[in-house]
Amino acid sequence: MTSLQHGAPPSRPPGRVDGGARTQDRDPRRQARARRRLMWSRLDVRASPYAFIAPFFLLFGVFGLFPLLYTVWVSLHDWSLIGGNEGWAGLDNYARLVTDPVFWNALYNTMGIFVLAVVPQLLLALLLADTLNRRIRFANLFRMTMILPYITSIAALAIVFSTLFGGEQFGLINQLLAAVGLEPIAWHGDRYAAWTAIAVMIDWRWTGYNALIYLAAMQSIPKDVYEAADLDGASRMRQFWQITIPLLRPTIVFTVIISTIGQMQLFTEPAIFDNSAGYGGGTQGQFQTVMMLVFEEVFTYQNYGYAAAVSWVLFLLVVVLGLINTWITSRIRGAE
Amino acid sequence: MSKRRRGARVAAAMLGGGALLMATACGGGGGEEDGEITLVLDTFGVMGYDALIEQYEEEHPNITIEERNVTDLANYTPQLQQNIAAGSGAGDVVAIEEGNIAQFLAQPDQFVDLNDHGGAELEDNFLGWKWEQGHAADGQLIGLGTDIGSMGMCYNVPLFEDAGLPTEPDEVSELWPTWDDFISTGEEFTEADTGASFVSTIQPYFRSVVAQQGGEPFQNREGDLVVEQTDSTREAYDTVTAMADAGLSASLPIWSEEWNAGIQNNAFATLPCPAWMLGHIESTAGEEGEGQWNVADVPGEGGNWGGSFLAVPAQSEHPEEAAELAKFLTSPEGQLSTWEEANVLPSSPEALESDEVTQFTRPYFNDAPVGEIYSATALELEPVYYGPDMQAIDDAFRQALESVEQGQAEPDEGWDNAIEEAQRATGER
Repeated sequence: MTSLQHGAPPSRPPGRVDGGARTQDRDPRRQARARRRLMWSRLDVRASPYAFIAPFFLLFGVFGLFPLLYTVWVSLHDWSLIGGNEGWAGLDNYARLVTDPVFWNALYNTMGIFVLAVVPQLLLALLLADTLNRRIRFANLFRMTMILPYITSIAALAIVFSTLFGGEQFGLINQLLAAVGLEPIAWHGDRYAAWTAIAVMIDWRWTGYNALIYLAAMQSIPKDVYEAADLDGASRMRQFWQITIPLLRPTIVFTVIISTIGQMQLFTEPAIFDNSAGYGGGTQGQFQTVMMLVFEEVFTYQNYGYAAAVSWVLFLLVVVLGLINTWITSRIRGAE
Repeated sequence: MSKRRRGARVAAAMLGGGALLMATACGGGGGEEDGEITLVLDTFGVMGYDALIEQYEEEHPNITIEERNVTDLANYTPQLQQNIAAGSGAGDVVAIEEGNIAQFLAQPDQFVDLNDHGGAELEDNFLGWKWEQGHAADGQLIGLGTDIGSMGMCYNVPLFEDAGLPTEPDEVSELWPTWDDFISTGEEFTEADTGASFVSTIQPYFRSVVAQQGGEPFQNREGDLVVEQTDSTREAYDTVTAMADAGLSASLPIWSEEWNAGIQNNAFATLPCPAWMLGHIESTAGEEGEGQWNVADVPGEGGNWGGSFLAVPAQSEHPEEAAELAKFLTSPEGQLSTWEEANVLPSSPEALESDEVTQFTRPYFNDAPVGEIYSATALELEPVYYGPDMQAIDDAFRQALESVEQGQAEPDEGWDNAIEEAQRATGER
């Protein structure tokens, strides 16, 4: 502990003050060397922690912070790929965004898919984790299996799900529906069907990931709490809601925030779900998310200024939503 | 304060230096040691240059050619545009597709004027309209033509037989002198109830009809959106939405997995076939598809869909040698070599009229005389001008047409949506 008091000068053993000082006085070179060594060690103690973490901040500065701030600059201009900076636009890009139905459509889709995907995902992950936390056969096998979707390549995911959610003729689900005499579902054409399909893709990939995080947290809950509850005659359900959930609160807050950030920037799943090469998100933008709109503005329309404005608004929305979700989840009754 | 500022400046300088370093590291334009030159050739899809590159390297021992091929045009063009805009990273010779060339013609400073390298004398090597398409507004020669995409109509032989329609190319061509006849043939086909649709999706038919009409279907040479002023574009739109109305379409989005599955499973009976489409059918349908398809004339006049150019970016360190390479690859002899290697149709009249092209039949397509079909229409083509925002406008129409055939929008509604998106693409909205 004493060695970590960076600010305090290294204390000298009291006995050496007189004698030691006098011998050093006699030899000014040795004295200077000692002072230098002292200075270096002080510098070492003070500066080296910063030196050690510097690579991260340097890289973050170059690849994270600089682009982030530069985006603000770009968003205040008319900016295209070919022409570069085409002049100051002030807040025009933001003004356009407010009145742009395409943006609001994309935001509606993003929020819709967010609710449709995240709520069942986290609930399912909780239940899965609770099941796997019990004493069952092959527990490790099941735990490993849960993470499989997460490490499966996106390309494979795209192929499998495009077969599942294909159209009337070649879609697997639609063929099953037809076999039992039901009407086919226009997975790509109908807005809410598309949301559902995308939510299924997201949940397939991320439920196991969240379940593992919950499972890790559950295993740190002391067993005697449950034993005590058992003695008092509490049912499994009651134990889950009154012991597990409250004790998991910090973990739940964490997963909710991570999911919020991830889902608001949702891009991969709807993009691979889309049949066309662009980022339109269906024939009428039925499932175009905000992030897809950013890509469309940049890569299809080469309109960097507007795309920068949209991404900044998205950033702010993520912050606001993250705060709201934190507030909501923190109202889960704590353990104390 | 001043100290802090200096710190910021140093940081900025370091950032800038780093960026420069990275830029030079990426821009492998070509090295030069003792007269040794490496030329980078950027291509997409299948262009058939293997034999030509080998020949050129043999004839020029000091030159090495490195071909960088990207399969999908949709990935290739944005990447090329970014490299051109960044001033480094593009090849010494780059392929540019017809639909995208206007966007590069609008940046003449970024390209070498091939007129300065003896390009002007090559006019007779190319079809007139192809030659024109490679020029910027100020007369600078930017692109030399490679292949063209003149059109035929592929049809599925067993399905035509099932429906009681003729199966010989000549007779099939007689079924549809016009697009209206094509639609009534489709209705006849649908009544026969073969379980398949007459068309896969109406989008490629739209591209075909638009290409046949020529002119400036989407944007004029000033870059203004003229879709609403061009009657022929709306006519093309109405023609193909009539197909959807008549229930001819399987509504399989083009290039999607399902569309490819449709080719494999004989789910539709016709497909507009620019020369390069034959390769797609063959590679998609595989061995089982052999003998399933044949090629007839397209309804209406001939038209061109696709084809490419070679250009030399101004950022090239060896513009002289790069221009020579581009001239070599696009010469009539070079184009014949690519025809033999990959069946991409030459844009050189000399090559088009040669026996190697006109006598060519393709066994996979029931020995269809594809050389004759394609070269005949190629000589009588209407040139089309696609504007700088062609890719985005094309996407907009594709979405609109799919929404109509899938029953999500009425034709008028789809048209309005396409116009809105197109205006977004050109910056008018």
